[in-house]
Amino acid sequence: METFWFTLVALMLAAYVILDGFDLGTGIIHPWVARTNVERNLVLRSIGPVWDGNEVWLIAAAGAIYFAFPMLYASAFSGFYLPLMIVLWLLMLRGIGIELRSHLNDPLWQQFFDFVFSGSSLLLTIFFGAAIGNVVRGVPLNSDGYFFEALWTNFRVGPDPGILDWYTLLIGVLALLALTVHGANWVSLKTEGGIQARSRRVASIGWIPLVLITLASLVTTIYVRPQILDNYRAHIWTWIVPVVVVLSLSAMAIFHAKGKDLQAFLASTGYIAGMLVGAAIGVYPYLLSATTNPAYSLTVDNSHTGDYSMRVGLIWWVIGIILALGYFIFLYRFFWGKVEVAASGEH
Amino acid sequence: MDSALVIHRLHFAFNITYHYLFPQLTMGLAPLIVIFKSLALWKKDDRYNQAARFWARIFAINFLMGVITGIPMEFLFGTNWARFSRFSGGVIATGLAMEGVFAFFLESSFLGLFLYGEKRIGPKWHWFAAFMVFIGSWLSGFFIIAADAWMQHPVGYAIAADGSAHLESFWALLFNPWLNWQYPHNMSGALVTGSFVMAAVGAFYLLSGKQKEHGALFLKVGIPAALLASVVQLFPTGDGQGRLVTEYQPITLAAMEGLFNSESGAPIVLIGQPNTAEQKLDNPIYVPGALSFLTYRRWEAKVKGLNDFPRDQWPDNIPLLYFSYHIMVGLGTIFIAITVLAGLLLWRKKLFSARWMLWVLMLSFPFPYIANTAGWVTAEVGRQPWLVYGLMRVEAGFSPTVSAGNALFTLIGFMGLYLVLGILFLFLISREIEHGPAFLSGDLHQANEVKPIPDGTAA
Repeated sequence: METFWFTLVALMLAAYVILDGFDLGTGIIHPWVARTNVERNLVLRSIGPVWDGNEVWLIAAAGAIYFAFPMLYASAFSGFYLPLMIVLWLLMLRGIGIELRSHLNDPLWQQFFDFVFSGSSLLLTIFFGAAIGNVVRGVPLNSDGYFFEALWTNFRVGPDPGILDWYTLLIGVLALLALTVHGANWVSLKTEGGIQARSRRVASIGWIPLVLITLASLVTTIYVRPQILDNYRAHIWTWIVPVVVVLSLSAMAIFHAKGKDLQAFLASTGYIAGMLVGAAIGVYPYLLSATTNPAYSLTVDNSHTGDYSMRVGLIWWVIGIILALGYFIFLYRFFWGKVEVAASGEH
Repeated sequence: MDSALVIHRLHFAFNITYHYLFPQLTMGLAPLIVIFKSLALWKKDDRYNQAARFWARIFAINFLMGVITGIPMEFLFGTNWARFSRFSGGVIATGLAMEGVFAFFLESSFLGLFLYGEKRIGPKWHWFAAFMVFIGSWLSGFFIIAADAWMQHPVGYAIAADGSAHLESFWALLFNPWLNWQYPHNMSGALVTGSFVMAAVGAFYLLSGKQKEHGALFLKVGIPAALLASVVQLFPTGDGQGRLVTEYQPITLAAMEGLFNSESGAPIVLIGQPNTAEQKLDNPIYVPGALSFLTYRRWEAKVKGLNDFPRDQWPDNIPLLYFSYHIMVGLGTIFIAITVLAGLLLWRKKLFSARWMLWVLMLSFPFPYIANTAGWVTAEVGRQPWLVYGLMRVEAGFSPTVSAGNALFTLIGFMGLYLVLGILFLFLISREIEHGPAFLSGDLHQANEVKPIPDGTAA
């Protein structure tokens, strides 16, 4: 049952990264691909109706962690105190960056919120990547299962690590590249003309460093945490995940060359899903591994909530998520297709 | 006192108080917007649609503020109150996780549809979207209050071997007797805010002589809603909440009333300042026997005073608790007086020319915010010194590894950010009110939609 909840939490986080990932990627490329005021408005309209719903996946995932693994929630959230607070501030800035721009038809106002939107999106991707890096690398848990990490110490992967070290920064850069390409695929899909051409170019050019850093992250991850291969050695079916990653990356290049935007977007979705699921498989059954003493690690077995709660939770969670998927399909169906310059001819 | 404890408490109190300024308006406005949408469908009159669009814009700005200040709340339990989270997560996280899955997805999806989709989906689906936003926001309130009700009155749990609380009965958690009054009391409080704000904007339009037609419309819907909500706030919900406190938190009751010594036929103090050093109230004005009657329905019943309880179980800030409670009750009484009067004038068709009453209505909109905030301070300070009533004290709950310095750093960060957000919020809301509803005829953002500048296709 706790493995099941581990899977659900991992899938919810993956859903968040995929869905809000294209919002964040859109934010990163926004200043480069959209040059005029009309274009910037179009790019914002492509995520306007959905970004808030996408962000709910993060809240729902945090709620699910609190619900299923209270120990993990308590340790990780207090241990990652500073980066989490920074992420919260950046999420606020990203939200007002998207929503407040259109309230005033004034160039200075709009430039300010464009800057807020892209700056916060860019930093968020790096912090999210670094967060995954921290979970993979491990944290200095004490015997009570708590820890506190400074933002940085000596930038080394050692017994006294900081949030940012060379490894977590590398994963941050990987996340930045992955979501930039993902966002560029999204904007290509949702727009036409000049924005579309520029987004397609960002996606094609971004693909090359994305492949290189993906390889680098694989090598360094095995160096930083050799145990990550244990599950892959034990269960042959898990190799399907790296295969998905390789296939999605190759497919993305082909679809970029052919100008097939929807397929390219699905390929980057597959790539992100594969990378995250791959990391989850590598980490399991550890939720947070200790760099101090392996016995202090938090695992799915020592961190889960009561059995009754997990069983009941499964019932309401399944009902709730089916409803949520229903709303999402409903919503995306209404906003399907290219965004247009709205209101032309209306006041 | 441990300084980290003080800062963690201030941190949470600041964040939750600021956050709740926004949901109380959105939860209060949501049913009123549904009323406008229903009137538009029923009477086939576009003025109601314009009114709905205007309030949807106000709603949208408030909703955005509610979302961006609300996301931190889902995290602050773990970041600043890690030991509390570890202890209680097995129970209250059910409420928080259900809020995410059942309420937030619903609310955010249909709000996107409601704000951006009026043209695409047609009037009936648009009514439905408004209705679902209302359901989502009220469900969200329910799950949060279910979590808080468990902290006030823990039920349906068992203490596991590792000392943490595990859920034993899902239905006991969702049908906590504490919820029976706390939830309706809170929701009618939100409706008081929503309807007073609506009436205040209506009064402003009539007084300033612009958009009079819509101003009158806002008053016609706002005043009856405010009257209903204000009365319900006192009876039955406020009364029921008071009797719950009497039954389950008698120490809190004594502290709220500033009752140091047990008394038969205890009075209700209307005004007076608690003097904790000398254990008495200075300058009291009171109604004899009223407290005994209200709590036990007998004029001569004995009400226990603080001195009948161990000192280490007294709420740790009695003056704050006393004043927040009295401010809430005092303002609640004034709301009833204002809305009864305004309702009478509206009924006799004299309200729109009674400028003095319009002035009162226009200026009264801040007070529901104060009353709601004071109500929550009463509930949460009244729960002290417990985090979970009778189970976990506040000093046992904060994060062991987060130092006072780091907590203060982020508290200051939030204060700075929220100051900026508050200024932006007031600026945007005042612009919306300035523009008014008369010319709103499309989806959100259309009024400020892009001017057709030639497309600079360069690439």
